[in-house]
Amino acid sequence: MIGTSTLYTLAGVLLFGMGLYALIAYPHLLRKILAMNVMGTGVFMVLISIAYQGPTQRADPIPHALVITGIVVAVCATGLALTLATRIQALTGSARLETDEEA
Amino acid sequence: MIFETAFWLPIGIMAPLLAALCTFLAPQRMSPLVTMIGAGITFVAVGFLSASLVRNGPARHTVGGWGAPLGIDLAVDGLAALMLMLTAVVGAAVALYAYGYFNFSGHGEETKRRYASFWPLWLFLWSALNALFLSRDVFNLYVTLELVSFAAVALTALAGKPDVLRAAMRYLLVSLVGSLFYLMGVAYLYGEFGVLDIDQLKKTVTATPSLAAAAALMTVGLMMKTALFPLHFWLPPAHANAIAPVSALLSALVVKGSFYILLRAWLEIFYPLSHTGAPYLLTGLGGAAILWGSLQAIRQVRLKLLIAYSTVAQIGYLFLLTPLLFVKEQSPIALSGIVCFILAHAGAKAAAFLSAGAIQLVTGDDRISSLRGLMQMQPLAVVAFGAAGVSLAALPPSGGFIAKWFMLHAALAHGDRLVAAIIVVGGLLAAIYVMRVVAPLFRQPDDAVLHRLTLAPKTMTLTALGLAVLALLLSFAGIPVMEMLSIGAVGILGIE
Repeated sequence: MIGTSTLYTLAGVLLFGMGLYALIAYPHLLRKILAMNVMGTGVFMVLISIAYQGPTQRADPIPHALVITGIVVAVCATGLALTLATRIQALTGSARLETDEEA
Repeated sequence: MIFETAFWLPIGIMAPLLAALCTFLAPQRMSPLVTMIGAGITFVAVGFLSASLVRNGPARHTVGGWGAPLGIDLAVDGLAALMLMLTAVVGAAVALYAYGYFNFSGHGEETKRRYASFWPLWLFLWSALNALFLSRDVFNLYVTLELVSFAAVALTALAGKPDVLRAAMRYLLVSLVGSLFYLMGVAYLYGEFGVLDIDQLKKTVTATPSLAAAAALMTVGLMMKTALFPLHFWLPPAHANAIAPVSALLSALVVKGSFYILLRAWLEIFYPLSHTGAPYLLTGLGGAAILWGSLQAIRQVRLKLLIAYSTVAQIGYLFLLTPLLFVKEQSPIALSGIVCFILAHAGAKAAAFLSAGAIQLVTGDDRISSLRGLMQMQPLAVVAFGAAGVSLAALPPSGGFIAKWFMLHAALAHGDRLVAAIIVVGGLLAAIYVMRVVAPLFRQPDDAVLHRLTLAPKTMTLTALGLAVLALLLSFAGIPVMEMLSIGAVGILGIE
């Protein structure tokens, strides 16, 4: 039987993979930014599952600190990405990376 | 106190950071002045830090007095100090150049306002790079990696045109994915070994499946950020479309930041995996990068794209000797070769981008075919490009030459004839793409073009020339670099 911790780790890795797939597969920038956040959530989930040390023991606080820092970084990244995306939309009329010749 | 190495460690990070914040408080026209003051303080800090490192040996600073494993430690050794000095010299030169560039081209309110953001962003970038070079904690390195990327992406976007915004967006996404791969690797490392401090990891790592997974994730992530073939696709548009001073910073310093982490990670954390195929895979990709990047550079019609593809090629050299770093006899020479290459490439590539920027500014054209006869019009910029080209093609006497000399020496001593052949062929291909640019510069110009042109400001051409001359002078730096690298003994010598 798979332990709770392993299950969460696997789920985290799965989220990471799903995010990576969506990031590559979808052309719209908003989807790409969301996909990047899903990937990040996958990593955070792996970190949280690492912190789990059994039902009777206290969780390891260090991975939690890493997750909080990671969330701050992810928020900044999302902000920067959204600013760039809106600027691209305003200038070109489409929130995509491909130009018309490429598409 | 002034003579203690640890005293200068936080100043190298804090000075540019505080100066960056001050540029927002002072009126906009004061930004260059505030930047120069901040840059001056950082420059002095890096100088004292390096001098006291040579005298007293490696040092550590425990931030806030916490200390590893719970706190975050800063530490400096020979390798870190060389990177700090490189960043200070190239960064300061680029700032001088940028001042001339903006005065010459920054007309119109909107452009002026946009260009004014260069100063704080550049200081943020400098602070983040210094933090990256001094960090001894794998998670803190993740944070610094992200800070470097954010500043670099924002700097790329400064040019403001749709093409460059798309390039910046692609750069940001690749960079974020790279960081997340790296962070996943950090999670695996912590899950297996329970520490994040590099010096503690160094003592506890063993060749387990988790270490292999962490190595794979972190290496792939950092390869994306370093733009190693075949993950280089984002680099040429970003580096070629940014404004010239930014292109120089990106190509000379930013890609080296992630490479520096990769180098340290393999030398100090992943070394139990050195007998696997992974180092040879990196060598193979490095070789492919050299050939592919050089051939692409030869094919380009736009000058800045040619220089950007040259960066793709030159990054390959950094990975070519990875297996030799773990062979006891060759390790110091291979490492010296790689570090010399980082220094020489940074100087030469920054000079190439800066002189190309000066030329482009006066001709208003980025095509190589429009370079005819510029030797007569812009002699300083042309000489700077030529001198940078000498180092890129690794002709003697130049930093590129001495770096490849070390590399060839290590490769041949180990019997890697194929690697040696790639180093030589790469040099020939570089000579071809450099000549493609240099040859038209010396042709007879059209008279009509001649009269149209104004001279680029001296601040621009002279800083480009200065960096190119530095890249040439690095040919005398082989032994000093080796001696610096022995301080703190990174690599297999430090592990035993």
